[in-house]
Amino acid sequence: MNFKTPRTGGMLTLAALITIMPLFLPNSFYYDIVILIGINAIVCVGLNLLIGYTGQISLGHAGFFGIGAYFSGILGIEYAWPAFAAMLAGAVFVGVISFLVARPIMKLKGHYLAMGTLGMGIIISIILTQEGDLTGGPDGMPVNPFTVFGFSVYGEKTWYWIVGAVLLITVWLSLNLVDSPVGRALRSVHGSEVAAETLGVDVPHYKVLIFVASAVIASLAGSIYAHYAGFITPEEAGFIHSIELVTMVVLGGMASTFGAVVGAAILTILPQLLTVFHDYEMLAFGAILIGTMIFMRRGLVPTLASLFQRKLS
Amino acid sequence: MSLLKVQSLNLSFGGVNAIDALSLTIEPGPIHSIIGPNGAGKTTLFNLITGVYVPSDGQILFEDKEIAGKKPWTLAAMGLARTFQNLQIFFNMTAIDNIMVGMHLNSDTRFLPSLLRLKSIIRGDNENREKSAELLKFVGLGDYIGADTDSMPYGALKRLEIARSLATQPKILLLDEPAAGLNPAETGELDGLIQKIAASGVTVVLVEHDMKLVMGVSDHIIVLESGKLLCEGSADEIRHNPDVIAAYLGESGRNL
Repeated sequence: MNFKTPRTGGMLTLAALITIMPLFLPNSFYYDIVILIGINAIVCVGLNLLIGYTGQISLGHAGFFGIGAYFSGILGIEYAWPAFAAMLAGAVFVGVISFLVARPIMKLKGHYLAMGTLGMGIIISIILTQEGDLTGGPDGMPVNPFTVFGFSVYGEKTWYWIVGAVLLITVWLSLNLVDSPVGRALRSVHGSEVAAETLGVDVPHYKVLIFVASAVIASLAGSIYAHYAGFITPEEAGFIHSIELVTMVVLGGMASTFGAVVGAAILTILPQLLTVFHDYEMLAFGAILIGTMIFMRRGLVPTLASLFQRKLS
Repeated sequence: MSLLKVQSLNLSFGGVNAIDALSLTIEPGPIHSIIGPNGAGKTTLFNLITGVYVPSDGQILFEDKEIAGKKPWTLAAMGLARTFQNLQIFFNMTAIDNIMVGMHLNSDTRFLPSLLRLKSIIRGDNENREKSAELLKFVGLGDYIGADTDSMPYGALKRLEIARSLATQPKILLLDEPAAGLNPAETGELDGLIQKIAASGVTVVLVEHDMKLVMGVSDHIIVLESGKLLCEGSADEIRHNPDVIAAYLGESGRNL
């Protein structure tokens, strides 16, 4: 094994971090934050494949997160589906919806794509808010505990390991994908669409593929969140959450899988530090987004990595 | 059988006929050049042939098959490759990864095996990485294999684009102004590279303003003006054709 490659080295570092982290978590409040970091990181790793690697913006991915969460909630409470089946049903539904949306929407470029995905996310969150009979409306709804083989998953400590494992798997899959012919095709779409096309890359196919994949990841993360939190509201699917996710990806570093994790960590912790200034939270997010674009366009992890490499050589 | 045949091709942008009832034939084998004053429609013709534009009217036949309106990636699979007048390098990737995108059609692009990084993916990547390194050496970029593209000089990027299009294993390679922006020494090396590519069995079609290069390497020259075929022939015939001189220098050029 080559420990210098980002794949092996980064995976080991992340696994080690997840393993020793509990030693530094004094109570369930801290566990809660770390679990939320993990869930956001899972979504961001998927979103980074779309935004960072393929160069296609989405301002509506919280919508897919929300659909996953509500599928788990509604199918579990109203129809007594097993948690796992509800989660898969949500992922399949999001897969189909995102595929149908992606065909027309991924033809858009730049600002138009941003507006299109923004509209899509808002529609999802309006539906979740308005269909009060099913979703509980703006007040939200409770979600059954996650149950497998008759055992219910309770408590922050158990959820910590579940989310940690899912995050590790997601990161591993993402690293694999990026370093494959499919991953290079995705990056080539970012680099130059016309060149990619003339080299044999079916550009629309890859745009749709990665849009659907990232949406399904968001849906699965939404289901996990719903069961962990035990209560969901349409806010989870809302515009603000979408913006938070994009900010995490941009801050951590576009086209960096570990960057997405770092970005999710920083921006999940930040609001906890700023609780006194709760009203100004979005202000801080906006300032971070602007600051990153001006001073550190490649994001935190790629910028630091190249600084570090320059020092070594 | 001709390799590429264009028959009464038309493309209009608004009221402007960028390509106007154009017919021409490219035989397999030697090096062809398409020249003409700015705005003659040379790049537009490339864009039509490679599927970037769809013609308003007319036919494009590649190996006797109609290809007008087909998608660029389908045409790439059929054996058409090109470079660009303005560099279209993937600056978010290393030099060798750029070449490996060119091998996309000969790669294992199944989604699930890629996610799981199965042995077949790793094996295919290793093979393609070796072939890509060979290609980089072929175009004289052996020193840049792992280089970041944003730190490579302009001349090297021009060659990188040529190597990348060769990675698709084309039957015909369309080079759009490969010498633009190169110094005379680099242009001289390019001359050798183009001949090497032609010798390897790829039909080369060159759009170029550097007449020294064009006259030196071309076996067959096509002259366009205002989207129409002005004339075609060997370098000597073109050099002394009064219509060509008039197209470049104006009517008074006829008397020079």
